Amino acid sequence: MCGIAGLIHRGKSSDVGNELQLMLQALKHRGPDSTGYALYADNDGENFIMRFKVGENVGEGSTSVNEDDSVYDKRKELVDQMLKNLNATVVKEEKLTPYSYRYEMKYDQDLMEFSKKIESIESVEILSIGKSLELIKDLGDAQAVSKRYDLGKVKGTHGIGHARMATESGVDIKSAHPFWGYPFSDVSVVHNGQLTNYWNNRRVLENKGMRFMSECDSELIAVYLAEKMRNGASLEEGMKDSLSGLDGVFTYFVATKDSLGMAKDTMAAKPLVLYESDDLVAMGSEEIAIRSILPHEIETYDPFDGEVKVWQI
Amino acid sequence: MANLKTTERKTKAQSMGLHTEVLTGKTQQKFFNPDEAENFYYWGTYDVDFNKRIDLDVNDLDCKEANKKIDELMSQGYGTIVIKNPQGKHSLGVGVLNKLNLIFEGSLGYFGVGSIDGPTVRINGRVGWSCAENMMAGKVVIEKNAGSCFGAAVRGGDLICKGSVGARTGIDQKGGTIIVGGDAGAFTGFMMQRGRIIILGDVGINLGDSMYDGTIYVGGKIGSFGSDAIESPMTKSDVDWIKRKLKVAEIGENFDVSKMTKVVAGKKLWNYDALEPTEKKGAI
Repeated sequence: MCGIAGLIHRGKSSDVGNELQLMLQALKHRGPDSTGYALYADNDGENFIMRFKVGENVGEGSTSVNEDDSVYDKRKELVDQMLKNLNATVVKEEKLTPYSYRYEMKYDQDLMEFSKKIESIESVEILSIGKSLELIKDLGDAQAVSKRYDLGKVKGTHGIGHARMATESGVDIKSAHPFWGYPFSDVSVVHNGQLTNYWNNRRVLENKGMRFMSECDSELIAVYLAEKMRNGASLEEGMKDSLSGLDGVFTYFVATKDSLGMAKDTMAAKPLVLYESDDLVAMGSEEIAIRSILPHEIETYDPFDGEVKVWQI
Repeated sequence: MANLKTTERKTKAQSMGLHTEVLTGKTQQKFFNPDEAENFYYWGTYDVDFNKRIDLDVNDLDCKEANKKIDELMSQGYGTIVIKNPQGKHSLGVGVLNKLNLIFEGSLGYFGVGSIDGPTVRINGRVGWSCAENMMAGKVVIEKNAGSCFGAAVRGGDLICKGSVGARTGIDQKGGTIIVGGDAGAFTGFMMQRGRIIILGDVGINLGDSMYDGTIYVGGKIGSFGSDAIESPMTKSDVDWIKRKLKVAEIGENFDVSKMTKVVAGKKLWNYDALEPTEKKGAI
């Protein structure tokens, strides 16, 4: 059981960081292990934002280990050197925790090659690359993570988030949601459920050059959709295809720079409550997530089995 | 109620509406030991007055506190309780074993009014998953939509949703009537064993999958039939009964009941009627 939440303001921006934090905190009982945010912020749109980690924050059952800060600093230096080699210009850098960074940079070449080079450095993982996507995930509940990364002040149009209860893999950042839709800028995914053909799909996708960073089954959705889009499918086409391509039970959200989508498996085994109006779409695993930002009486409903919906900002 | 300490073992149990039978064979479950009757507490059997009305704001209460407050108010004789600001909270109104007018001005989360026996409930908003699960008797009316597993394992009473419902409506239903004014999702009537479901709108795939018994009436399109669910001809008594139920539920006033599709169990997977009485209890 995990909790997922998402919202999109249509035609305007809002305090999306604070709103998503309220929604995810309301779902804390569904997933106390880690919390993740994919916020689409009002950035200038000129530079790429790269969020990456050079080490882990480790909880129960993780195969990773916590390391000394000096090791993290050394890896960060290697990342800086690699960025120079790749002709990427860092405009601004922020150290968020001893193990995670946010870089603003200029880069105009292939993101897949770029990511492969950066991630060839030991224990370095790019959490996201995008012009508006700010992907943050760490151990703790929504409030704790929001406070640690100062997300309350983030303004933007839309976002998705996830409160994780670790089941099939350990408690650490690499297994936390959202997952970046590598190698596409500004694509992120959160998922509630279990995928039963993970390994089959993973082997096929890895043979096609796609990369997996964790052993979390949910990462498959991000990689699956990214591979479809790499071959020319639209986001909605990829999502519809996933209903038969992915086996198991799932409700997932996917967000891009200007859209937000949801898909529900053909057995409707995982919950989702949806509120839709002309200027706002809000959805979550439970009604209380929506109520946390819309306390007045509203019309909500459960989407049916096999339903796919995509909204534009 | 009879004096539990002086009556015979079997009579004692029967007077409490329970049974003492110990099942043999595969099922070894002992349902109730009347010797433990002294430790048995009957919760919520109060004399209430429907004209005695009170508002209860649950905005700052969690579900345990709210449900305890409802019990307290019933013990004070309030027969009509209006719940303000339910805000989608889970498990509100659970376990009311009493006659009561319970009105929710707003929406409920999961497990709303579960395991109730007797009250008349009106919910002006929507409800989340598993609304009225295991309801024994009473009437529940939801003005808007409902989530999945609507009326799971309902044993009696009327459960009415004027909007649409999610998947697995009436899963494991053992009695009573579920009425839906809008559409229903996949696996409606999944493994139902008794009772009736009326859906005025469309239903999703696998309707009545693996149903043991019971009847499902559908007014709109059917996504697909589930395993062992078959169509059966509508009779005049079906039509009359549905009309009466819809009238009581105050929905589908001009609905053409005669064109509904009736779905029953084919009884090829599991012939419930062929079971021995003790096995039937085990199945239920």
